[in-house]
Amino acid sequence: MTPMRLATLRTLGAAFLAGAVAAPAMAQQPAPAGGAAATMDAVKSRGTLSCGVNTGLAGFAQPDSQGRWTGFDVDYCRALAVALFNDQSKIRYVPTTAQGRFTALQSGEIDVLPRNTTATLSRDTSLGLDFPAVNFYDGQGFMVKASLGVSSAKELNGATVCVQPGTTTEQNLTDWARANSIQFTPVVIERLEELVSAYVAGRCDAYTTDVSGLAATRSAQPQPAEHVILPEVISKEPLGPAVRHGDQRWSDLVRWTHYLLVGAEEFGITSANVEQAAANDARPEVQRMLGKNGGLGAMLGVDDAWGVRVIKAIGNYGEMFDRHLKPIGIQRGPNAQWTQGGQQYAQPFR
Amino acid sequence: MAEIAAEASAPRPLQDAVIGPRRPPLLAVGPVAWAKTNLFSSWLSTAVTLALGYLIIRWAMGFIDWAFVNAIWSVPVTNGQAQTQACRALNGTGACWAVVTEKHRFMLFGTYPYEEHWRPALCVLLFIGLYIVSAMRRFWRKELALIWIGTLALIGLLMWGGVFGLSYVPQERWGGLVITLILSTFGIALAFPLSILVALGRRSRLPAIKTLCILYVELIRGVPLISLLFMASVMFPLFLPEGINIDKLLRAQVAIILFAAAYLAEVVRGGLQALPRGQYEAADALGLGFWQKTGFIILPQALRLVIPPLVNTFIGMFKDTSLVLIIGIFDLLTAGKTAIVEPAWQGFGIEIYVTIGLIYFIFCFAMSRYSQGLEAELNQHRVR
Amino acid sequence: MSDTAADPRLLRAPPKKGIRLSWADEKLRGIVWQVLVVGVVVSILWWLVSNTSHNLEVRRIATGWGFLSREAGLPIGEHVIDYNPTNTYARALLVGVLNTLKVAVIGILLATVFGTLIGIARLSKNWLLSRIAATYIEVIRDLPLLLQLLFWYAILQGLPAPRQSLNPVTGVFLSNRGLKLPWIQWQDAHSFALLGLVAGIVATIFYARAARAKQMADGQPRKVWPLALGLILGLPLLIWAGLGAPFAGDIPALRGFNFQGGLTITPEYFALLLGLVMYTAAFIAEIVRAGIQSVARGQWEAAEALGLQRGRIMRLIVLPQALRVIIPPMTSQYLNLTKNSSLAVAIGYQDIVSISNTTLNQTGQAIEGIAIIMAVYLSISLSISLFMNWYNARIALVER
Repeated sequence: MTPMRLATLRTLGAAFLAGAVAAPAMAQQPAPAGGAAATMDAVKSRGTLSCGVNTGLAGFAQPDSQGRWTGFDVDYCRALAVALFNDQSKIRYVPTTAQGRFTALQSGEIDVLPRNTTATLSRDTSLGLDFPAVNFYDGQGFMVKASLGVSSAKELNGATVCVQPGTTTEQNLTDWARANSIQFTPVVIERLEELVSAYVAGRCDAYTTDVSGLAATRSAQPQPAEHVILPEVISKEPLGPAVRHGDQRWSDLVRWTHYLLVGAEEFGITSANVEQAAANDARPEVQRMLGKNGGLGAMLGVDDAWGVRVIKAIGNYGEMFDRHLKPIGIQRGPNAQWTQGGQQYAQPFR
Repeated sequence: MAEIAAEASAPRPLQDAVIGPRRPPLLAVGPVAWAKTNLFSSWLSTAVTLALGYLIIRWAMGFIDWAFVNAIWSVPVTNGQAQTQACRALNGTGACWAVVTEKHRFMLFGTYPYEEHWRPALCVLLFIGLYIVSAMRRFWRKELALIWIGTLALIGLLMWGGVFGLSYVPQERWGGLVITLILSTFGIALAFPLSILVALGRRSRLPAIKTLCILYVELIRGVPLISLLFMASVMFPLFLPEGINIDKLLRAQVAIILFAAAYLAEVVRGGLQALPRGQYEAADALGLGFWQKTGFIILPQALRLVIPPLVNTFIGMFKDTSLVLIIGIFDLLTAGKTAIVEPAWQGFGIEIYVTIGLIYFIFCFAMSRYSQGLEAELNQHRVR
Repeated sequence: MSDTAADPRLLRAPPKKGIRLSWADEKLRGIVWQVLVVGVVVSILWWLVSNTSHNLEVRRIATGWGFLSREAGLPIGEHVIDYNPTNTYARALLVGVLNTLKVAVIGILLATVFGTLIGIARLSKNWLLSRIAATYIEVIRDLPLLLQLLFWYAILQGLPAPRQSLNPVTGVFLSNRGLKLPWIQWQDAHSFALLGLVAGIVATIFYARAARAKQMADGQPRKVWPLALGLILGLPLLIWAGLGAPFAGDIPALRGFNFQGGLTITPEYFALLLGLVMYTAAFIAEIVRAGIQSVARGQWEAAEALGLQRGRIMRLIVLPQALRVIIPPMTSQYLNLTKNSSLAVAIGYQDIVSISNTTLNQTGQAIEGIAIIMAVYLSISLSISLFMNWYNARIALVER
């Protein structure tokens, strides 16, 4: 070997090393966990919002044929990005699995997790999370094939039940079965589409998940009438975006973005009429909400026009619901406005 | 065959037959003879041939019916909603390839921005080009490493963008076939140097280094890849100091590199062991130091010996990258499965699996054929 | 790299006793290198551990093994030992380990048999059979196992519903709920008979060894099979008859939603087993083929010249030699099958990975969950390696 070759070898070695070191370094980014008020600054200085979404759940988060994320939960990501940057393309969507979602949030890989996650005491405390708002009130139910002739969940003794593991659904099912002395054979499959196809194929007699999910699955079937959602709702499932514990400013922004969407619907403000309302609407609360006076946006750490921007780009809660959830057969139910007998209730903009 | 048969039956002068080699009788060389020796040599063999032949023909006809005759290749799309009633009406008697027609871009490129799909497409071509160049023996030189570094850098540039007027695309949006190729190729490329160090360490006379390398190799080879991927997905973020985090794709890539390195190290060690002792002794006799001996004498010979098993390990890694499905990374298989989440397309899993299987098969079959050919070529001196 | 330009004569100098304080001293260099490498590795590990403990504290994530004794609340579809959701996490994990072993052990047995058959078919003189075996091997090896598992699971789901299940033989039902087989109602007498069977097999092995030793001594072949038959079949039957010969069939029947009674093989288990066996068999077939081909043709010819029958040649001459080539790669295939059984999580068979995964998801304790998975697989891998090494040493060529 000539010294020339030796030099080449050394350069190669150095290049490989440099590559190995540089690759992760490029991905490093400041995203402090824990510390107070750090997330908002980090997101602003980074210029993009990291949003953890489901890997694929019809209606809530799913990529379309062209690879664009759409869905009810995805709209929350978009609303936050519009509030912060006035640009809904400044989002990194991070698809998360059921078991990876909390770590992703804890480690700062994502800033917010709108991924139909149930708020519970242990998640709120021992997992180090916070649930600033509930964007979808849900409950767990059962769906069976109409041909089984079952009209109540109590008749399911001896049945085979399809359930997703590692979720609150699984624990609710066992609690409920024990309380009602019902024996069942579980079929647990982690990936949702795999689980649904197992139910549809007849691997299980019943499929249990949140009622919204049942409705979505049912409406997706070629013959929805062949499936019946049983009347029993066996649990409370308040679903909402999760953030890291201990970052109040960030938590506030997520909470009030939700209230903005709900409040806009209450006052009849839509993406079509928001600019007009901002200019002409005389109701004091609408004026505060849309930043005409009150300076509420600044209190949240965004500018006062955030309300107009968000509603203009995304629409109000009702529009989101109609866009994503109504087509798959989900009724407003408990998610109607409080004025309509539902539980969606925006706290006052004051 | 026909030629031989014709010649054999043609009348010819007597002396020709005496001088020239005698032709074997027709029944020993023709297709009939071939069939007789290879298909119908005994009654058992005949029974096996007939039974298998019947099954194959039946299965093939059923498959052709399903895949081609009764299949639907596209369905109308109105208002962005695909009308899949025609496919549903088939009721399993025919394939609904319309799902592939509609979703192929998503399967190949995942959530990458739609207008920018030419970039991952170009990357796939670059990867294939890289494989072809690496497969040619005339490129087996040190410069090949430079070609690899250059191509991989170019692929990174194309995928990320952000310079030369290319818009920046974060890793979260990458997906599909290109992720499969990235994970396996970068996995092998970065695991390779690490595996050489580990293999050398395992043969080292220094007890501490030897123990460390053995521990590493045996620990990694003792657990399934999936547990390493879980570790990368849920545990690795806890390992890093506060405020630093690494993207999920890169974490999975690191897990795959560590996994591949342990297996490659064993392959490389095989090559090191296969080298005759005389090579080591001769290098020592020349007064070469350890690194000179290794770099100039041992490795170039040992690595040449292990190229076929190296290709086999690569095939294994290529297939194993599909496990990232379980941690939710959008590789080819995940993208395929996500494509059928949309209500209109639910239930067409078999068509998607067959398509994805075909893509995997084309890549793996080409590589495995190449590796077999190479093995035969490299072993030529051993064949007597 | 740096200082190898030292006088080459020094390197060839006779080994010294002490350590010289010079870079040219090989021993000193060795120590420095080791201290350096070990130091780097240990400090990286320390850094990771300290980061982790800090992160756990800051993010208020619970740690420790206390969760093992808490109520699991997770339903498990198939379990070898008694289990219900009120049991502890520890028991749920044990059920997971047993489920992994159940699929691994049966998978290894079936894959060996099936793989050997395909390997022999590959060498068959029948061209069609040999081509089919070759195609099978090539296609199966070129597709990811995960894809194959998903495919088989999708196929099994296409079977008819319980009420329209296929019923090829009385008492056997095949539906999308799995395969139902008739079974006997297990009683004590059956357990004792099973013990008798094990005792019979052990006794036969000892007897065969003794007979062989005697044959070695005096050259007289002894018939082993009559006594073996008596011990292996007669003994358990005798015990069973002695205890009153209880027998009551447990025939599956459709009651309510599902079949009740009988032995169930669930679609999840079946798909996993099918996928693992077909995948591993393709690799084993190649190993068996290479093993048989590695035995020189002359061995066959020499044995034929001695007048041995084909079967005996295979058993006494070829197989013992082929096994030496076959065993080491076979070991790694067994290990692969066991590790690959972890893909069960994708199709809903609740093995140790699936249950640990659910556990870590419910408790949020990722480190403990993954540590359990790794510990289980390491112990299984180690056990298989040790057993196969022992077996390999036993059949190794004793060189004089």
